[in-house]
Amino acid sequence: MSNDNLHICNESRRSFLLGFGAGSLLLAFGLPALARAAETPKKKYGGEANEHGLRDDPHLFVEIAPDGTVTVVCIRSEMGQGVRTSVALVVADELGADWSRVKVRQAPGDEVTYGDQDTDGSRSLRQSFAALRRAGAAARTMLEQAAAAQWGVPVSQVKAGIHEVVDTKSGRKLGFGELASKAAALPAPNPSTLALKSPTEFRYIGKGKTPLIDNHDIVTGRAPYGIDVRLDGMLYAVIARPPVYGDKLASFDGSAAEKMLGVVKVMTLESTPLPSGFQPLGGVAVIAQNSWTAIKAREQLKLNWSSGPNASYDSVAYHAQLDAANRKPGKLIRNDGNIDQALHGAAKRITADYYIPHLAHATMEPPCAVARFDDGKCEVWAPTQSPQDVRNELVKALGIPDANITVNVTLLGGGFGRKSKPDYVVEAALLSRAIGKPVKVLWTREDDIVNDYFHAVSAEHFEAALDGSGKVTGWLHRTVAPSISSTFKPGVDHEQAGELNQGIVDLPFAILNVRIENPAIDAHTRIGWFRSVYNIPHAYGIQSFVAELAHAAGRDHRDFLLELIGPDRQFDPNTLLPFTNYGEDPALFPIDTKRLKRVIETVTTAADWDRKRPKGQGLGLAAHRSFVSYTAAVIEVATSPDGKLSIPRVDIAIDCGPQVNPERVRSQLEGAVIMGLGLALHGEISFKNGRAEQSNFNDFLVLRMNEAPREIHVHMVGADDFSVPLSGVGEPGLPPIAPALTNAIFAATGERIRALPVRQQWVKAKHVA
Amino acid sequence: MLTLTINGQEHSFDGPPDMPLLWYLRDTLGYTGTKYGCGMALCGACTVHLEGTAVRACVTPVVAAANKHVTTIEGLSPDGSHPVQQAWMKLNVAQCGYCQAGQIMQASSLLKSNPHPSDADIDAAMSGNICRCGTYTRIRDAIKLAAGEESAA
Repeated sequence: MSNDNLHICNESRRSFLLGFGAGSLLLAFGLPALARAAETPKKKYGGEANEHGLRDDPHLFVEIAPDGTVTVVCIRSEMGQGVRTSVALVVADELGADWSRVKVRQAPGDEVTYGDQDTDGSRSLRQSFAALRRAGAAARTMLEQAAAAQWGVPVSQVKAGIHEVVDTKSGRKLGFGELASKAAALPAPNPSTLALKSPTEFRYIGKGKTPLIDNHDIVTGRAPYGIDVRLDGMLYAVIARPPVYGDKLASFDGSAAEKMLGVVKVMTLESTPLPSGFQPLGGVAVIAQNSWTAIKAREQLKLNWSSGPNASYDSVAYHAQLDAANRKPGKLIRNDGNIDQALHGAAKRITADYYIPHLAHATMEPPCAVARFDDGKCEVWAPTQSPQDVRNELVKALGIPDANITVNVTLLGGGFGRKSKPDYVVEAALLSRAIGKPVKVLWTREDDIVNDYFHAVSAEHFEAALDGSGKVTGWLHRTVAPSISSTFKPGVDHEQAGELNQGIVDLPFAILNVRIENPAIDAHTRIGWFRSVYNIPHAYGIQSFVAELAHAAGRDHRDFLLELIGPDRQFDPNTLLPFTNYGEDPALFPIDTKRLKRVIETVTTAADWDRKRPKGQGLGLAAHRSFVSYTAAVIEVATSPDGKLSIPRVDIAIDCGPQVNPERVRSQLEGAVIMGLGLALHGEISFKNGRAEQSNFNDFLVLRMNEAPREIHVHMVGADDFSVPLSGVGEPGLPPIAPALTNAIFAATGERIRALPVRQQWVKAKHVA
Repeated sequence: MLTLTINGQEHSFDGPPDMPLLWYLRDTLGYTGTKYGCGMALCGACTVHLEGTAVRACVTPVVAAANKHVTTIEGLSPDGSHPVQQAWMKLNVAQCGYCQAGQIMQASSLLKSNPHPSDADIDAAMSGNICRCGTYTRIRDAIKLAAGEESAA
């Protein structure tokens, strides 16, 4: 079975399970212990602008064993986006490795050594592609230098082929494995001297023919997620956390729990003062011999919480508060022309309000971590998107030096932004220190949903002016939502620049009079990143409103949208905030209307937009730029005479620049469609008396197979143009889905859904659930 | 004390009588391929075979498996050669992969009782298994692929 060659190498799994460091004695390459790879020069934008920058030293990323096995070190977290496969194929391609002899090893969390490891913002390949190519090319160059030295010929006379170096004069060859130890001893060549392959020479990059490197482990149940880590003597813990953000433990009685067979300890965990950031919520931990006993014993705890400032948080009241905030002018974000004049002089004035509730991440693997605190040192195993934040928070919580911390990154059973927050890892470390044994902390599904870092609830208010010909002459948008920054800093009551740059200030329409405002609102729960973040409500509002305007103007939605985007142009928005542009250089990644229009044209053509649909069926369109990529979706809905709603087909187009692994781009887009439909149809976390009202998959509903579209067609735009920089993939598929769905429902039924989730509104309108 | 057979091996269990099979498999025996997802039979991540039929290990007490045969993902085939596993690899079904052991156990149970399921059959059998990454279209395709291979074999 050829896939046997491709899965995680056994050494790494064994070392992972036994808790050794990530190093292996087999390595021929490998950075000398005392040396530090040089950081690539700091820049204002891109990967080089991150705190710990980027590395391109091959000693960090490429290991070649004497038998020729190439191990690529992956420094980004795998959560389903296929990054382990994609990173490996980039390095392997530049190196000239034979894919069947390539393995992947997951790096420990250590940004001082490896550079930026944060896996979020749809930027792993976008920001690392060039550095990974240089690492592969440098290793290839060193193999060539080693071969030339061995043969005593000039380097110009030798050339690396596939997994071997050839003397172009004599035809003699040496395999990578035979050259590895000599090559590894050489200094890395100056990156500016490297000859990178031209895209026509790529064998893996852009081809989409590379199977997932973890396929075999996954389908045989051997893939190691955080929840699967088992150490000798390990104990299992669950924690009763405050059910309301900011509540504190007043008193508790753990005696019944302590008496249960298999319970080792019941202990309190201190609450972090608000806002709690990445630190734990506190509560009472039950530590036991197995998960089941811990879960059952926790049910026996008698807990009294004292109310904090969020005890009356109520989603119905908050919705009214958001709408009220949007009735008055807010903080000015963008102001083009004169909106008051435009609205005053309008032939037609259209107003609409949209609402999206809180959402929960509900990764299938809930938050969990294993920690072993021993002799002032702490080693953790965690499914984390941000291993450096794990380190930083452990230093804070444990008061030990960074050098005494080891962070092992496991596979993630889903991330979606939840696992960027390391509170659960800190909990495991604190418990291990308290009990002197390795501890696994498990969040049950109820813990996960009740105590999530929730996606922000949001209200979007629009007013537009249409002239006599149906052209939009004015656009007023007020957006109000609790900011993620409120989780980290007290007193934050506005969306921050990076949040407002998610589709709002970077509005890509050719409208003369634009005014964008952000009224204030306080947060009353932990707010956190959720896949595509504020693009979800912003795209829902903007793309719904455009469809409403098209209808009011009596125009075809697609034609109207294309005209609204206007002539081909590249621009920076006129914003009163910094144009954050997802951390990318506006000169390289401007807002490009041609690219936005092209995905709309592609997807509407593919979905046969112009074909008339029978009564009760309809197509909905939405397009959005996020993470410097462009996506557009067309969703087909069908309603039956008895009021049932189904979604037979979705088309989605993406222009994310050139694609390293089109097969995974496709799967990310398919997944974004499913997740986007799930959140639009069902997604809602609501609060009453400060508590989330949902707690498991019976009341926080996600999309299931029977509701999923039978057909999802993904259309790639500009996928092989390597003259353009790479842009994001993991998140941009999500924002257009909710508005495309509600626009389709309008097309099919004439009913406009302005508040999510759709199912709730559908049932309110007396249809069938 | 009771005995049960897991992946062909006999085991004796003397833990808490209400302990679900899931935690016995994962915490006691180390069969970690069977996943926790909800604890309430809502998501299917813990799906195993009891006497050849898919059950949710999170709500199946170990006592219910006394003197019976349990198969987990680790025991579905010795080497990943089951047609369902093969189809899953061929179509690169997985994203994060966490739910896929449960999906594969559910799909293999379906195909055993219904070698050529219709789309409606697939919906009925698979809708209890949640995939948060959203791999449903590929799961459907992989089931059909495996069904074809099984009929050809």
